[in-house]
Amino acid sequence: MSPAQWDLPPELCCRPMAFVALTGLDVVYNAVHRAIWDAFCANRRADRVPISFKVLPGDHEYPKCRTKRTSYEWYIPKGILKTGWMNKHLNLVPALVVLFYELDWDEPQWKEKQSECATKVEIVRTSLQGRNTKVAVVLIQKKTPLPPGEDVMASERAAALCNACDLSGKSLFVLPHTDHLVGYIIRLENAFYEHAQTYYYTEIRRVKSHKEFLNKTTHQLLFVRHQFKTAFFSELKQDTQNALKYYRAAYSLIHELRTHETNILEIKTMAGFINYKICRLCFQHNTPLDAIAQFRKHIDLCKKKIGSAELAFEHAAWMSKQFQYFGDLFDEAIKLGLTAIQTQNPGFYYQQAAHYAQERKRLAFQLCGGPEANLGYPAPDPLETPTGILDFYGQRAWRQGHQISTCFKLVSQELIIALLSNAVAQFKKYKCPRMKSRLMVQMGEEYYHTKDYAKALKLLDYVMCDYRTERWWGLLTSILGTALRCSYLMAQVKDYVSYSMELVGRASMLREDQKSRIQKNVAKVLKNEPPEAEPDCDPSAVKAAQALWNERGSQASGEDLILEVQDSVPFVQCKARFLHPSFHLDVPVQLHVFLLTDSPHPVRFSKLCVSLSNQDYNQYCVVDSLGQAPAQEDMCLVPGRTHRYSFRFVARPEDVGKKIEITGVDLMLGSENGRCIFLNWRGGGGDAASSHEALQATRSFKRRGRLPENEVDWDTVSIQASTMIISRVPRISVQLHHEPPALNNEMYCMMVTIQSHEDIVARDLKLTAGLKPGQDANLSHTTHVTLDGSKMCDDSHRALLPDIPMGDLQPQEKMEKPLSIRCSTTGPRIFLVHVAYTVDTCIEGRDIVCKCHKDETVTIETVVPFEVAVKFVSTKFEHLEHVFVDVPFLLMTDILSMSPWPLHLVTSELQLAPTMAAVDQPASQVEEVVLQTGESASECFCLTCPPVHHGTTGVASGQYVMSWKRKSANATIPVVNTVITLPHVAVETIPLYVHADLPSFGRVRESLPVKYHIQNRTAIVQEVEMSVEPSDAFMFSGLKQVRLRILPGTEQDMLYNFYPLMAGYQMLPLLNINLLRLPAVSGQLLRRFLPSRIFIKVTFNGPANSGIESGARCWSYPSLILTVSQRRSSKVLRQKMGRTVPLLCPPSPNRLSRR
Amino acid sequence: IELKFHYTVHTSLDVVEEKVSAVGKVIVDQRELYLGLLYPTEDYKVYGYVTNSKVKFVIVVDSSNTSLRDNEIRSMFRKLHNSFTDVMCNPFYNPGDPIQSKVFDSMVSSMMVQTC
Repeated sequence: MSPAQWDLPPELCCRPMAFVALTGLDVVYNAVHRAIWDAFCANRRADRVPISFKVLPGDHEYPKCRTKRTSYEWYIPKGILKTGWMNKHLNLVPALVVLFYELDWDEPQWKEKQSECATKVEIVRTSLQGRNTKVAVVLIQKKTPLPPGEDVMASERAAALCNACDLSGKSLFVLPHTDHLVGYIIRLENAFYEHAQTYYYTEIRRVKSHKEFLNKTTHQLLFVRHQFKTAFFSELKQDTQNALKYYRAAYSLIHELRTHETNILEIKTMAGFINYKICRLCFQHNTPLDAIAQFRKHIDLCKKKIGSAELAFEHAAWMSKQFQYFGDLFDEAIKLGLTAIQTQNPGFYYQQAAHYAQERKRLAFQLCGGPEANLGYPAPDPLETPTGILDFYGQRAWRQGHQISTCFKLVSQELIIALLSNAVAQFKKYKCPRMKSRLMVQMGEEYYHTKDYAKALKLLDYVMCDYRTERWWGLLTSILGTALRCSYLMAQVKDYVSYSMELVGRASMLREDQKSRIQKNVAKVLKNEPPEAEPDCDPSAVKAAQALWNERGSQASGEDLILEVQDSVPFVQCKARFLHPSFHLDVPVQLHVFLLTDSPHPVRFSKLCVSLSNQDYNQYCVVDSLGQAPAQEDMCLVPGRTHRYSFRFVARPEDVGKKIEITGVDLMLGSENGRCIFLNWRGGGGDAASSHEALQATRSFKRRGRLPENEVDWDTVSIQASTMIISRVPRISVQLHHEPPALNNEMYCMMVTIQSHEDIVARDLKLTAGLKPGQDANLSHTTHVTLDGSKMCDDSHRALLPDIPMGDLQPQEKMEKPLSIRCSTTGPRIFLVHVAYTVDTCIEGRDIVCKCHKDETVTIETVVPFEVAVKFVSTKFEHLEHVFVDVPFLLMTDILSMSPWPLHLVTSELQLAPTMAAVDQPASQVEEVVLQTGESASECFCLTCPPVHHGTTGVASGQYVMSWKRKSANATIPVVNTVITLPHVAVETIPLYVHADLPSFGRVRESLPVKYHIQNRTAIVQEVEMSVEPSDAFMFSGLKQVRLRILPGTEQDMLYNFYPLMAGYQMLPLLNINLLRLPAVSGQLLRRFLPSRIFIKVTFNGPANSGIESGARCWSYPSLILTVSQRRSSKVLRQKMGRTVPLLCPPSPNRLSRR
Repeated sequence: IELKFHYTVHTSLDVVEEKVSAVGKVIVDQRELYLGLLYPTEDYKVYGYVTNSKVKFVIVVDSSNTSLRDNEIRSMFRKLHNSFTDVMCNPFYNPGDPIQSKVFDSMVSSMMVQTC
């Protein structure tokens, strides 16, 4: 039995194509013939008809046709299918023999040539004796043929030739040897193809015709054979649908055969063949589900046909092949565009094939009694048949059970691994990572069996971490076991120790005694002795391994092995933590390392060291037998007990603000004179399983019982792999004294008081004060800070004053520093006062310079100190929409204090625009006034507007400047000047202006002279009609009704003498003025310039009048009349309230009201 | 042999994962918990079930056992799920720990006995 016994014959696996033999071509010496042949066989693309061509000599002997049986009555078939049959029909017996012959129609020696051709045809016919093979003749001609029917000679001669050769007209072809060779060849091919089709059709008919002679009892095999043949011919005929039908029939027939020991192999073989054909055709027809169903059926039917027990391995091998071939077919179909899915892909079939291959190996093992009983191969190979080929597929050349070969060794391993890697590739493609891992484990195990330990380890190592992360400890343990054996057999110290450690650790599911054994082995390795052999190892391999170990032992003393244990689950667990997430510089940094072992025996270590991100500290974090000589029991880890190792060190001042991280923990096992193994944990320890365990522990409701002193519950320890070094806590106080809120633009004063609570001198005190960085960028442009509060800040001052040196501060000393801040916009601001200093301290015998700092922040709101409202009123305090040119009016400002603190108004100033003129020198009326919150102050200025250009509607009035400070501010604080731009005002001109001169008051029954001035401001003569209406309160003398003319630019005075009759406020007699030229200017308008009432006193005869008398004293009667009358109104109004007797209007306007 | 089952169950998680993620895209709430036959092997049929909290149950049945139909498997999973929920409701049980419940064990073994 050769390894290839179960390989399918190639003629089964290929695609059957019609076989056409070409004769009469001399492809070696004749260039024309060569070209023709090349055109036939070269570059056959898929669109050409499926024919396989072969050049044969003219006198080629075709296989002899056996004499046809006329009756099957006494015929007992020996097998199902002869081994040569398929090949015969694919490659030996042609469907058509084509004779090529060079002959032109105008050949001079036509007769001779014709008979030569006929002879050649005859020779071919004879050698095909008994076959239905067709014969065709192709004439190779040098000339291009004329269109059919035109060449009379050609048709005559063609008919003659057909006659001579006994050919039908359809079988004679002409091939002109011209440029279009390939085109002609393709046409020829199609004709050949048709002939071949007919041939195979008749063959099918012929085979079918045998059927009626068969009987069910003796010819069961023939039924199968005939169905198979029919199907095969159908395939040759490219009739795949029918072929499939016949194959299916053959398949069901084959399972109807009676099976017994002797023919079971044959039946399985043939079933396998037919199954292969069916599946192949199903895939070809794009019905993969049919193929899969057929295959499942096939497997289910054949699974139990094992035959004799000794041949079970053979069955397994056969099954393996079945799966493999199906997998191949499936895979091929996928390459041609079929889509497979996760649960149905070739991988499963490869996997199953591998499974059976393993099974086969196992069975063979059993049969031979183990690998040691390696029987020699029988010397005269019993499998060698004299011919080398058996007559029928699936039959044996020797008697069954006689001698079972032991050649399994040659086959299995490579095969299994190949199958497995195929499966791995498939599963990778269909997203089955776990399946892939599993197969890789199987591959690894196979490599292990083939003693290719290095490859085995590589594979196992690769998948181990998958199982570890998914926490399938059972599987991991089994893989580790294999890996351990591999590393033992290769004497790989590092791997051996790392696998051992994991097998001893908590993730392993091994029994205690196993763990104990492995741990002892590790101990031996540490002492540089070879470990005990693992159980279940090949004894011969163990011997070799021991030699290797001894060699290792002799070479490698003092070699250090570093094992990264972070990603596995070793038998020692480690957790390192800083006691706090941050340490002050003046406090020693404390670090604990916890170790726990879960091995069966105590573990002794010789060194423990912690590596930190700043390596200068590493020297403080070491436990070893040399150093402080800790108690021996400290170096020994007792299983199940948490051991704690504490370290402390003083951080360096440079590290303030930096993070110190644990970069790794190293635990040294073994000793210098043996072998050292470092277990290295990156970061603060932990391993592949610890994070999940920690999670479980936090979830757990269980509270462990109280532990004895100095012991820690492992689960409660958490890793803290980094800590911050932060500066020493400052022991000074920083206080800020100020009166918020700040007022807009003022020099806001803030007193910073620093007091030391240190026991020693605080040196190099530095103050940083100002706007806290990181706020709105605009704030830094509108905030200015200075130490010099006596001058106003401007834009040259910065928002933050950094590092103002303050000198040293003695213990308990107090220091004050005033700050002035100017905020030119409102809103909140955060101010920072940062005091930094240094102190010299001594911690644990080390002198260090500690930098300390204290920050104070304060949020200060800036508010508007006051609001100024400006309005224009007439001299009668009536609201003015617009002012009249050269007519006096009043500008009033109202200052309302918004500040929560009293405001001191130092002064105010009116800066008039050129378009305005003051009637007299305006002086501030609010000088040195103090306003409480919510109070307001007002000022009033009398102004006129000089003539403006015609068309100007609005004019600028100027600016109003307030100088102020808060009342609490001391004298050095500069006053703040706030400029308020006055609004524009609309200006109008009037044609006629009227004003009156009259005393401020009158007395009953005393004459009261009143003079009205009427001024013409136009450039034309105005005609004015005037009348005075009578009044109850006055008698008067003067013109009661008059019409007069006023020249341009001149003034007309009208004098009246009023005689008051009643006391109190009295309406003056109404003056009506009508402009006859300008009726638009009504008397109503003009009346606005005139006083409407006057206060009339009673006559001197009582003390009650004295107050009034005194009030009027300042205003001498004549002067009122004689002085320029315009002035008077402003003079009166500028008096502060309380001293003023209002004359022109009701006594309502309280100039200085307290609200 | 136990190892082999471990492998079988472990590999079946591939399919579970795939199915769960495929279903997750459609509707999360109205998910059918029973995943049906995960994949056929020569010897066993592997069925899967995933609870809403993504706890996975896998039942492996001998291929030759034809008495168990889909419906039976489904009801087995239901029973298993109910029993599992009871275990989870136990205030003294710590999620993630191995299940040590007599009731659960006896329920599982009774189910095994029934099918054999």
